[in-house]
Amino acid sequence: MKYTISLSLAMAGSWLIWSGHFQIWDDHFHHYFILVLGLLSCLFCIWLAARMKIVDDESAPVQLGLRPFTTYFPWLMKEIVISNIKVAKIILSPRLKLQRRMITVTAHPKTELGRVILANSITATPGTISVQMEDDKIQIHALSFEGAEEELSGDMDRRVCKLEKNQ
Amino acid sequence: MSIAIEILSWIFLVLGSLFSIIGGIGIVRLPEFFSRMHAGGVTDTLGATFLVVGLLFQAGFTLVAVKLSMILLFLLITSPTSCHALAKSAISEGLKPALDNADHASKTKAADRDLSEGA
Amino acid sequence: MFVVASLSILITMALALIRAMMGPTVFDRVLALNMFGTKTVLFICVYCFASGRTDFLDLALLYSLMNFIGMVALLRFSQIGSFGDNGQEARP
Repeated sequence: MKYTISLSLAMAGSWLIWSGHFQIWDDHFHHYFILVLGLLSCLFCIWLAARMKIVDDESAPVQLGLRPFTTYFPWLMKEIVISNIKVAKIILSPRLKLQRRMITVTAHPKTELGRVILANSITATPGTISVQMEDDKIQIHALSFEGAEEELSGDMDRRVCKLEKNQ
Repeated sequence: MSIAIEILSWIFLVLGSLFSIIGGIGIVRLPEFFSRMHAGGVTDTLGATFLVVGLLFQAGFTLVAVKLSMILLFLLITSPTSCHALAKSAISEGLKPALDNADHASKTKAADRDLSEGA
Repeated sequence: MFVVASLSILITMALALIRAMMGPTVFDRVLALNMFGTKTVLFICVYCFASGRTDFLDLALLYSLMNFIGMVALLRFSQIGSFGDNGQEARP
């Protein structure tokens, strides 16, 4: 039930933001007409999602709260900036000093959502791409950081575990 | 105050342009598919982030800023997903990534050096 | 200053097109196509500020959605050979 509520709140909020019809009082009739149309489209989308049986903890991850945006996301942006600068140096160096390797790390998050967050964060930092995922092993294609990838992935793994704990 | 914001926005836009061009150079220059994907990641993450942050300074606290940051969030979530899907389907199609191990790398580097000196 | 940003985005798009033309495998072309789509979204954002018409941002979001869904559909098609009608997943 809480997932349905959070999904409908998110849908109504994004409809309001993208249409820009904020004011409640308006002299024109068509303003209310458009508001009703938005409400109907939100209801239709929720009905579709319920019919597809995708209203669960993955489509509306309310159990994570706001912590992904307050703690995890700033740290991830910092790591993305650092590894971007490294990859840019490699690209611009006159001789491409590549040390391409495939490494395998173990993913410790228990839920599927946590693993998806971990794999996506690994891919989002340039220089490491998660290629394949079987059970709890993630195969990573690494460009050339001389062993720094394992540390980074391990750090990410710990932070994602902390994120999904005490839900 | 507004001049400071202009300068900040200018800096971020130029940085974003720089990183996106670097990614473009990388996608042409790097030797094989799996390393080219890293170059695509540079433009998708940092280039897009800096460009949109530069535009955010221009927009100020308006509805446009909210829309821009939603576009940025969407790009940051979807681009690793499609990148991973691309890598996975390339692996399952049988495309082998070219690897250079530590001992093997020194040999190839030596061979490269010989070649470049000869040329 | 928007001229600088849009010019650099256009240069990046041109480089991606070069890779899409040169690309030895199909996946290189798909990668270049993906990058081209992302750059298009950014270009629409920059153009919206340069021309002062903020309606264009909606088009940017729509384009990024279409880019993502088209990419996933294309890869799924290349992997399974169909759009999921008689693929691996059983229908409920």
